[in-house]
Order: sequence, then structure tokens, then C-alpha cells
Amino acid sequence: MNIPDGLYYSKDHEWIRVEGDIATEGITDYAQSELSDIVYVELPQVGRKVKKGEAIGTIEAVKTVADLYAAVSGEIVEVNENLKTSPQVVNSDPYGEGWMVKIKMENPDELKELMTADQYKKHIGQ
Amino acid sequence: MAKRTPLYEKHLEYGAKIVEFAGFLMPIQYTGIIDEVLRVRKGVGVFDVSHMGEIEIKGPDALEFVNYITTNDASKLELFQVQYSAMCYPDGGIVDDLLVYRLPDKFLLVVNAANTEKDYEWIKENKRGNVEIENTSDRTFQLAIQGPLSERVMKKLVKEPIEELGYYRATEVEIEGKKYLLSRTGYTGEDGFELYGDPEEACKIWDRIMELGKDENIGPCGLGARDTLRLEMKYCLYGNDITRDTTPLEAGLSWITKFNKGDFIGREALLRQKEEGIKRKLVGFEMKGKGIPRHGYAIYKGDERIGEVTSGTYSPTLEKGIGMGYVRIEDSKPGTEIEVDIRGRREPAVIIKPPFWKNASHK
Repeated sequence: MNIPDGLYYSKDHEWIRVEGDIATEGITDYAQSELSDIVYVELPQVGRKVKKGEAIGTIEAVKTVADLYAAVSGEIVEVNENLKTSPQVVNSDPYGEGWMVKIKMENPDELKELMTADQYKKHIGQ
Repeated sequence: MAKRTPLYEKHLEYGAKIVEFAGFLMPIQYTGIIDEVLRVRKGVGVFDVSHMGEIEIKGPDALEFVNYITTNDASKLELFQVQYSAMCYPDGGIVDDLLVYRLPDKFLLVVNAANTEKDYEWIKENKRGNVEIENTSDRTFQLAIQGPLSERVMKKLVKEPIEELGYYRATEVEIEGKKYLLSRTGYTGEDGFELYGDPEEACKIWDRIMELGKDENIGPCGLGARDTLRLEMKYCLYGNDITRDTTPLEAGLSWITKFNKGDFIGREALLRQKEEGIKRKLVGFEMKGKGIPRHGYAIYKGDERIGEVTSGTYSPTLEKGIGMGYVRIEDSKPGTEIEVDIRGRREPAVIIKPPFWKNASHK
């Protein structure tokens, strides 16, 4: 299981990468592996204000469906339009091409509530 | 504790994701469901289905008894022929759906893994005449080799002229001095075979098939692909699409309900239902947009809730969401426009004439 250092992790299996006040969010390698073949990803409108823990999208796999939750509060400033036509990149490259949304954080203190890679590994029992 | 099939070690070796299903640790997938579904539609895949139950009926009254507990007409079976059938309760609700094999010294009933114990008890409770009933599930492994290229692989495995084996026919084959039962059956819609034998030989046979199928790019397939493949054919799954609360007539299985064969359990109730007319019917529908229907989602027509999804999936073959569900009989015609409530949003769908996948290769 690939759980890279330097990212923040939520208990709902999202990761975020922080650059300035922008948090790029996606789902973890563990999450994509549990969901298996992802066939549709529905993402929020750019400009939407979201609260940490709020459902902001839907990830449909062949046999199951999952919500995408905002790992931090803020405003959606960009979504990965490429996932409309190539949702499978979430399976093949969850931390890269498979990113889902960019959130302009309103409260960077929330990052303290997220997990480090080591803590997340424990969370998923690795 | 969950049981392991004789092929459990092979699943680990092939990198399967394991889940508990019907009391067994089973491979849900290996490389991915889409990959495995397309492998079976275009080439050939192998499924461990050793979890399935086998119940043997022997004795002078075996035929009469099998005909009494099942809805299809077992007397029509020739030796080494196989039949899809069902067992019903007296009220017409379904105990299970099954395959009935007519073999030289017995009838072999192949039942759903989750129902093996229930079925065995039910059959014993309803015992009639001079018959012996035996649950041989633990003494049998079962492999399904499925796909348009399955015959090519099986011809390399057995000496017998299996190209002559018809659809829903069985034969005894010999592999390295051991006997196996082989039938041209399956749950995928594609040409395919099911092989039954001694659990001790299971791993050896698995390895052999994988080796012989290299040129055909054979690979293992899990329960995820199996469920998707059967749904693309609108084949029923017990527990979802058929249950003790649905009848074969409602499920579109009147073709395996033979009222003229004499008495059978459920006959009276089913005959009454047939005369009065069914009020709901199991239909297949496909989504017009991007939604994927799932078990339990509500089905609407206009403002009226007309039914519920019993099985749903993304179809890798058709590249859209497909599902099955019971709807009111007046809304069950192919072409009827319906809506499925997908997580609070109504998404348009249309009832289709089954199967979903119309180019299946089964013989």
C-alpha cells in the first residue's frame, strides 16, 4: 500500500497536499483499492463553500459507491475535469493524476486534526 | 469460522482480494472487475465456485422425488443432460434456484452456497418414496471455465471430444487417471464449462488449466466479475432477485415452471397465481445517464413509486449502469420509461427486453 509521507490524511481515506493556503485533495491508495474499478466521479461546483467533513462528491465504482468528504473547510477553487472522461486514473494514480479538488483553506488550524502518513497507516491497520 | 475452498492458497498466490461470502473466504477480484468481465466476454476466465452446494438424490424413486421438489420437468432430462430449475415453498415462494444433472446412478442438484444447508434440510423434510439424499458439497470442488475461447483450452485438458458436448449437456472425463464431471454450463452467458471433482486434485487442475490457457491469455476471475456477468445476462441471483417472497412467475421463470408434469411443491399456489395474473414482474432496465443503480434503490414512474432495485451494477460490457427490479405489471413492458432514485436524485432509465448483453457466445 502506497501511503506517501508529507501528505495529510483523513479518517475517511482522503489525502491532502498543502501548498500555501491551497489544499489539493484526493482519495488514498487504500480507498481506491477498496472501491476497485472507479467508473464515475462526481465533483462539486467551483466556488462552492464547503465545511470539513461535508460530502462534496460521489465516487461510483462497479460494485459500490462512496462519498467524497471535504478534508478541510474552505472554497472549492478547482476540480479535476479530467476525471469526467478518465475516472480510472483514480485507481492507477490516486496521489497524482487522480486528484479530485483544490480547496482554498479558511482555517489552516484544521490540518492539526488530520493524520500523518504513519498515523494513517495505523488507522488502516498496516 | 469461514470455510476455505480447496483453492484458497491459489487465490492468495494469484493476488486475490478475499471476502467472506456465504460462509466461505472467496476471491472477490484479482486484477479488477472490469478486466475480468472483459476477459470472459472476449477470451476465457476461470472461477473457483467450489462454494456451491452439491446434493445427490439416489434410489428407485429419485426421478419422481426430484420432480416433486423442483418446478421444472426432470422427466424430460436425458442421461447426462442438465436443467435449470427451482424449488418452491407451498405458497410459491422460492427456496432456491439450482441446476439438476441427470447422471447414470443419481440426480445431482447444484445449489447456491448460501442455501446449501437450508436446501438440504428442506429436501430431507419433504422426502418421499425410496430415495437417498446426501450433501456432498465438502467432497467436491467446482471450477467454471468461461468465455468464447473456453473450448480451445478445455480441448487441451481432456481427451474426450468435448466440441460435441452440447449446451446444458454433461459428460464424464478423465484427466491423469482421475474422473471428473464436466458440463457445458455457466452463469456468464458465454460459451463455457463447469468441472466437478475431488478437492484433493483442485489445485493441480487449476495450475494445469492456467498453463494450458496461456496462449488464450486465460486468467482467474472473482465473484465480482461473476455477479456482473450474470447481471449483464439478466440471470437471477438468489437473495437479491429471487427470494422466499417472490415466485418463479413474478421472476420471469415461468419457462421452468411446468404445470403439466404432475404435482410438485408450490404447484397449487403458482397455478392460482397464474390464473389470477401476476401483479408485479422482475424487469431489467438500463440507465440513460451516468447513474449506477444499486440494490434497494426505489423505482419511480412519474410521482409513483412502482418498485425497487434488486440488483444493480455498472456494466463494463455496455459501459452504462444496469439493474433489475420488481415493478407493477402494468409498468413492466420493454420501452417503459422509469426513474431510479440514486441517492436522492431521480435518474432516467428504460426497461429493456432481456438480456442486456445480446451477443453472448453460449451454445
